Amino acid sequence: MPDTIPPIALVNGLLVDPATGAQTRGGVIAQDGVIKAVGAAVTRADVPVDMRIVDCKGDVVAPGLVDMLAFVGEPGAESRETIASASAAAAAGGVTTIVTRADTNPPVDDPAVVDFLRRRARDTGAVRVLPSATLTRGREGKEISEIGLLMEAGAVCFSDAGRTLRNAQTMRRALTYARDFGALVCHFCEDRDLAAHGVMNEGEFASRLGLTGVPAEAESIALERDMRLVALTGGRYHATLISTEQSLEIIARAKAAGLPVTCATSINHLTLNENDIGDYRTFLKVRPPLRREETRRALAHAVADGLIDVIVSDHDPQDVETKRLPFGEAEFGAVGLETMLSAGLRLVHSGDLKLAQLLRAMSLRPAEILGLPQGRLEVGAPADLIRFDPHEPYIVDPEKLHSRCKNTPFDEARMQGVVKLTLVAGAVARE
Amino acid sequence: MPQHKNPASFPHRHLLGIEGLSRPDIEVLLDMAEEAVDVSRQVEKKRATLRGRTQINLFFESSTRTQSSFELAGKRLGADVMNMSVANSSVKKGETLIDTAITLNAMRPDVIVVRHSQAGAVHLLARKVDCAVVNAGDGAHEHPTQALLDALTIRRNKGRIEGLNVAICGDILHSRVARSNIILLSALGARVRVVAPSTLLPTGIERMGVDVFRDMKMGLKGADVVMMLRLQRERMNGGFVPSVREYFRYFGLDAEKLALADPKALVMHPGPMNRGVEIDSSVADGPQSLIREQVEMGVAVRMAVLEALARNMPNM
Repeated sequence: MPDTIPPIALVNGLLVDPATGAQTRGGVIAQDGVIKAVGAAVTRADVPVDMRIVDCKGDVVAPGLVDMLAFVGEPGAESRETIASASAAAAAGGVTTIVTRADTNPPVDDPAVVDFLRRRARDTGAVRVLPSATLTRGREGKEISEIGLLMEAGAVCFSDAGRTLRNAQTMRRALTYARDFGALVCHFCEDRDLAAHGVMNEGEFASRLGLTGVPAEAESIALERDMRLVALTGGRYHATLISTEQSLEIIARAKAAGLPVTCATSINHLTLNENDIGDYRTFLKVRPPLRREETRRALAHAVADGLIDVIVSDHDPQDVETKRLPFGEAEFGAVGLETMLSAGLRLVHSGDLKLAQLLRAMSLRPAEILGLPQGRLEVGAPADLIRFDPHEPYIVDPEKLHSRCKNTPFDEARMQGVVKLTLVAGAVARE
Repeated sequence: MPQHKNPASFPHRHLLGIEGLSRPDIEVLLDMAEEAVDVSRQVEKKRATLRGRTQINLFFESSTRTQSSFELAGKRLGADVMNMSVANSSVKKGETLIDTAITLNAMRPDVIVVRHSQAGAVHLLARKVDCAVVNAGDGAHEHPTQALLDALTIRRNKGRIEGLNVAICGDILHSRVARSNIILLSALGARVRVVAPSTLLPTGIERMGVDVFRDMKMGLKGADVVMMLRLQRERMNGGFVPSVREYFRYFGLDAEKLALADPKALVMHPGPMNRGVEIDSSVADGPQSLIREQVEMGVAVRMAVLEALARNMPNM
């Protein structure tokens, strides 16, 4: 494919390199799927006349985002989302690589399913769509998946997606076995008994609303156990989505001890808090639940100082029918691919994060953790590039979102930051 | 019922909870309820306030008392009352709450009284219909007419609510009655205590402006009102408390514990009671018990609520 894609030059942009934090006026030339030239020297005058030139008019030019946690509906839930619709949303939101959740139907626990997803991605995806596979067969938490074969087929990491392994012995074996293959174990931490029936953050607000709460300990107890098992086994571990101060302490201790541990939080947990639920708004019902404002701020600081490595969209399309229910009965989940960048920019505009810190957590770090060459603004890196105006205002209109489901927690929210161009392997995915 | 002096004095379209009501709002309802008590004690009980109006009682959780109380209240005001219980509706067949709301709305009712097992369900329904909505209990959230009838009962027996010590005892965690009462009684100036084992207390309850007691004997000391709550059977055996006998020993209201409260303390219970679990029969039927009066006040308060909402309905 790359040889049929005409080269393209982005000039007059503000290059933001997540690796160095450097912001440079200049341009990028994408050719044959990779970055051919980048920097202040790339100006309109230097670009060959027959090449397509995009004048970025001072907009940010950066590596495309890499989202480690998104549900794309295939196979089995095509009414909620497809690779085509998810990747259209991604391209519109500046996300050039999606790692898909393995809790599909059937789950991604067989190399044939990985192969199916890769073929569907190639044929119908506008961006790069990379499958994760389950950590245990059928996500049942009993037998380890065929980690070697699944990796060979193209699975980029292993996770039972939204399900926590209860059995510490199984977790120990999974980490031990995965280590031999250099595989990344991703784990969602929630003690099922402590979180049982819980639908929002435990505390005064839940008590006032008469809703059952989920305590922070439901997350931290599972995470703490995992840290002991990582120390025991040396397996590479990524906490899929942490949401509490307790978890930050646990991750900080583990990292200080040199354990091979990374973690992510979601864009929802960084930009919303439990009060946003207000009058039982089910679009804000997510797992883990939105926490208090103090916690949200602590999470944002942890992204700034690198303790939290990654920001995920936690994209989870849900039919309106499963959301238009009383809060306790509604499904968990929110769409997020298309709004994650502009929501993240709220933290930049508020001064909590520098732009390069945000982009680092949304592109370079996830790429590094997954062992991908994305997220870099250097010659030879994949030409997965985005151009966006970080200041242009807009109001989120759910009907205009590309996802098949419109369950956005940012319904009618005022945002700043509009993606003008998305390139994947040098090809225009969205303009 | 005679018209209230100031017809615009209850500025709400729905009654979804006590939260959001001002002290004057509450007092207007209580004053109107006093008048309704008089009406209900006459031989001729029927009024024309809601004549031509349609009231639908939509109960997703069965409740004979509350439903019949609302039914009686509506009928005494002249409304056409229709009872819908889940067993007879298509909700069991997978129809969502919102679909039900839209269907009922098309029948052009003037007021819908809703009870549902989920907190917030009544708010959700209220957003989808054009008529007035009364919350008859939503999950563990609110039960506003119960709190109003409790307040009316207290006010009629004590002459005031301001400054009284009210102890709410039992399963606070799962109780919508407790939540509505805490908000209402605090708004009217009572000092509210909650008394329960810690496993039956919601997180952050002290931040709702109450004093918390885990020892019932201390919690009852000097109380002017003792409000008992029902403990659901499925929570009695090991889930939240170890056993019925242990619960009764430490948190059941018997004569011995009641003796620690003010000698003139009132004993209340929203019903239905579990005798021998949260309350001893001798106390439930004793001279301090107002449990039967609460039922009478229930009808009066619901008449007041329906009338207050009717004033804000179109074409009134």
